[in-house]
Amino acid sequence: MSGYQMVIGLETHIELSTKTKIFCACTTAFGGEPNTHCCPVCIGLPGSMPRLNRAVVEYAVRAGLATGCRINEIAKMDRKNYVYPDLPKAYQISQFDKPLCLGGRILLKNGREIGITRIHIEEDAGKLVHEGGKTYVDYNRGGVPLIEIVSEPDIRSVEEAVEYVEKLRLIMKYIGVSDVKMQEGSLRCDVNISLRRSEADPFGTRAEIKNMNSFAFMEKALRYEYERQAALLDAGHPVVQETRRFNTATGETEPMRGKEDAQDYRYFREPDLVTIRVTKEEQEALRKTLPLLPDERFARYTGELALPESDATLLTQYRAVSDYFDAVVQGLPNPKTAANFIIGQLFGRLATEEDKEAFAIELSPDKLRALCELVAGGKITMTLAKATLEKMLDQNAGPEEILTPEEMAGMDDSQLDAVCRAAVEANPAAVKDLRAGKGKAMGAIMGAVMKATKGRADAGAATAIIRKMIESMPD
Amino acid sequence: MSGTILTLARRLQNKEQSAVELTKEYLDAVSRENGALNAYVHLTPDAALAAASAVDKARLRGEDLSPLAGIPMTLKDNLSTDGILTTCCSKILSGYTPVFDATTWALLKARGAVLLGKTNMDEFAMGSSCETSCYGGAKNPHNLERVAGGSSGGVASAVAGGIAAYGLGSDTGGSIRQPAAFCGLTGLKPTYGAVSRYGLIAYASSFDQVGPIAQTAEDAALVFDAISEKDPLDSTSQGRREETFPLLSQPVKGLKVALVKEYFDGLAGSTTESAIQAAAETLRAMGCEVCELSIPEISYSLPVYYILACAEASSNLGRYDGIRYGYRTEEGWESIHEMICKTRSEGFGAEVKRRILLGTYVLSAGYYDAYYKKAQSLRGAIHEAFEKAFCQADVLLCPTVPRTAFPLNFTGVDPVETYLTDICTVSVNIVGLPGLSVPCGSDEEGLPIGMQLIGRSFDEATLLRLAHQYETARGPYKSAERGVRV
Repeated sequence: MSGYQMVIGLETHIELSTKTKIFCACTTAFGGEPNTHCCPVCIGLPGSMPRLNRAVVEYAVRAGLATGCRINEIAKMDRKNYVYPDLPKAYQISQFDKPLCLGGRILLKNGREIGITRIHIEEDAGKLVHEGGKTYVDYNRGGVPLIEIVSEPDIRSVEEAVEYVEKLRLIMKYIGVSDVKMQEGSLRCDVNISLRRSEADPFGTRAEIKNMNSFAFMEKALRYEYERQAALLDAGHPVVQETRRFNTATGETEPMRGKEDAQDYRYFREPDLVTIRVTKEEQEALRKTLPLLPDERFARYTGELALPESDATLLTQYRAVSDYFDAVVQGLPNPKTAANFIIGQLFGRLATEEDKEAFAIELSPDKLRALCELVAGGKITMTLAKATLEKMLDQNAGPEEILTPEEMAGMDDSQLDAVCRAAVEANPAAVKDLRAGKGKAMGAIMGAVMKATKGRADAGAATAIIRKMIESMPD
Repeated sequence: MSGTILTLARRLQNKEQSAVELTKEYLDAVSRENGALNAYVHLTPDAALAAASAVDKARLRGEDLSPLAGIPMTLKDNLSTDGILTTCCSKILSGYTPVFDATTWALLKARGAVLLGKTNMDEFAMGSSCETSCYGGAKNPHNLERVAGGSSGGVASAVAGGIAAYGLGSDTGGSIRQPAAFCGLTGLKPTYGAVSRYGLIAYASSFDQVGPIAQTAEDAALVFDAISEKDPLDSTSQGRREETFPLLSQPVKGLKVALVKEYFDGLAGSTTESAIQAAAETLRAMGCEVCELSIPEISYSLPVYYILACAEASSNLGRYDGIRYGYRTEEGWESIHEMICKTRSEGFGAEVKRRILLGTYVLSAGYYDAYYKKAQSLRGAIHEAFEKAFCQADVLLCPTVPRTAFPLNFTGVDPVETYLTDICTVSVNIVGLPGLSVPCGSDEEGLPIGMQLIGRSFDEATLLRLAHQYETARGPYKSAERGVRV
């Protein structure tokens, strides 16, 4: 069994990193003692009323602009009614038919575009905590702002699904609207998946898998779901439209509710909030706050800066790294050297993803640029530069503080020439061996050159000079 | 007659009586009268005396005080009061003590208002007789065999019964104006957005407004001015356009007042009709131009109101689940779902359940377009119709209720007949305009009749000025001769 094409659409929920909640002044900080980040508004006490945090609108509009959406100048909030203990008003304030953003896209490496249907804002629910056979509710997360990014059913493989979510995550981190920590639940996905024989066929019946909060689970769930649906289709059974959940213990998806039990959310306009307006001017002002996005940076690195794609990928993986790199390479003729230093030595000091994300490197980009300039000018060798960079990183010092004035000055050709001549003259035995074709003898002469120059000599240049000298000796 | 805010304020200002003495006088009257009236459901004598004492001290220090300082008053039991029981007269909120004040109460408190207690209402403000209250209904001080009206029946009963100088009610479809009319009082439903709803426990959020029930238009103006500030806690609040009290004596000559035909359907020859016609004559004598006009769209008001208000109510009342506060069913349930079902089945009364079911139904997939959506679009049409009417008139005039106070237990027998009596008031909430009920006579049994003045958006000043000058022309309205008298 196989030979089916997957058709996948994703609903991605991302917690925004505004300081306060969407409808009150409570903190959005993760964790905290249960029910300490709460007030009458976010626990829905009778008579309390929501007031929209404008920063949430701005964050969502920036997310929309960064994913190529058009922004609705007039939007509104709606009530999505359902009963669950973690939802203290028995409705979630969300957006139904007038979301903030419409019609964007995410570009994948294989060149395919995944359409974004819409992005809307809504409040998160609280959390149920099961302990000792009892269930408690913690409303700290209730009212934390979310954006829901709904994709078109454009995704055709598990790999594309993962890449799409990773890309979204990267963009959201770049524009600073979310820290997107999956382990803290700040990114969660609902996946719709159906199978069909080929691109030309109509969509099959889909299943929705709810609430996956890790890439690994999403991958497993999709692969399981493919097998499950393919087996049904192979056997001539229909796929039932239903909502399923992924059981992390069994690695299987299992039914939650069927189509006939589908929730009727009875959406209607939230009468406690007024119309949201985002003027063209405001949109343009927000657009100006967007940094250069990963795609644009990748294009610049591989184009203008002629870096290999592998380097560009690594550098754009973290906004702080990319910003640092951009600062280092300003006006630098050898960006590849800067890239090597960062990917090699700086990354060497940043063990984990989080370390790279935070990029807590004290050394200023100016100091690293100074070092790159010395390399570019042929003043110091790569060997010396690497050693110097380690010291610079240890001491948070510029190259001029590590290198002696002579080292900084570099070595001109006549100086190198003189040193090489002295080394040749001091090692007649090695010269003899070399002339006899014993290449290894070069080591002894080079050793003398390095000793005399304290390692500052460019090994390649010195070797060339020595060979020339020996070749030009009379027999 | 019982003391208006202004007469009592003068007494306090002239130091004829201290606020503490006045408060004690009212508390004594409450003890005497409340058994018969059932107006108050929670009393706050200690807090009242403390507030009164603070006003007396401030007066001794020579502070500049509001006329509301030291005046004993009451709040409907759906206005959130920090530290004081607030139950919406529903079993499901039994024992619920808020941790914050409604903005309107905070504003009055800051002016030295003395809260005697919380007053009776129809459960969650759903009803026209106050009889859906879990505490039983409030009685009409003019005739104890009659209801005080609803849903703010307790406020009206207390004020007409002389056991509060004034009170705040809420009005979703007539709940301030109808009890004011039944009890011979002046009740103002402000423009939607003029007064903050923060802390008003919601029934139907796009209709609800908080407003005063008082003995005169002057008093209503004072209270309205005090509570109508733009509130950052309520996004839909805009605040009043202007202070109304200073404008009460501006001339009314030349004001165009229109009788709206549709509101008189079926009233020909009734005492209510003749009382309104007589009031119209008085207005004419005061120099107003009185004419007649028609707003046919008014006939859609009742269905539009009951569909939209119930839809919003079904959502607003979803939060009462027994988990966080209020009533919870006895232990012994198997699942959280069962606990919530039992709590709600036991905690809500029949009228509230009826409206939750109706509201859930009209929002459901498959029925939404036929009911909710259609009602929304009709709401727009009614709005336009009123706008057109206000091209021809400055104020619309009609009865507040097509009849006088119901006998006890009337509404329980025929809820639909009761719904129909809301016709004159609900249309005003549908379009968010200000409406004011003013006593303008009484029927054969001596029961009060109210006339309703409807104004342009945020034009409370014109309504209150016209009502004040009408009241002057009419002379003092007959008192129920109960409670504190001056």
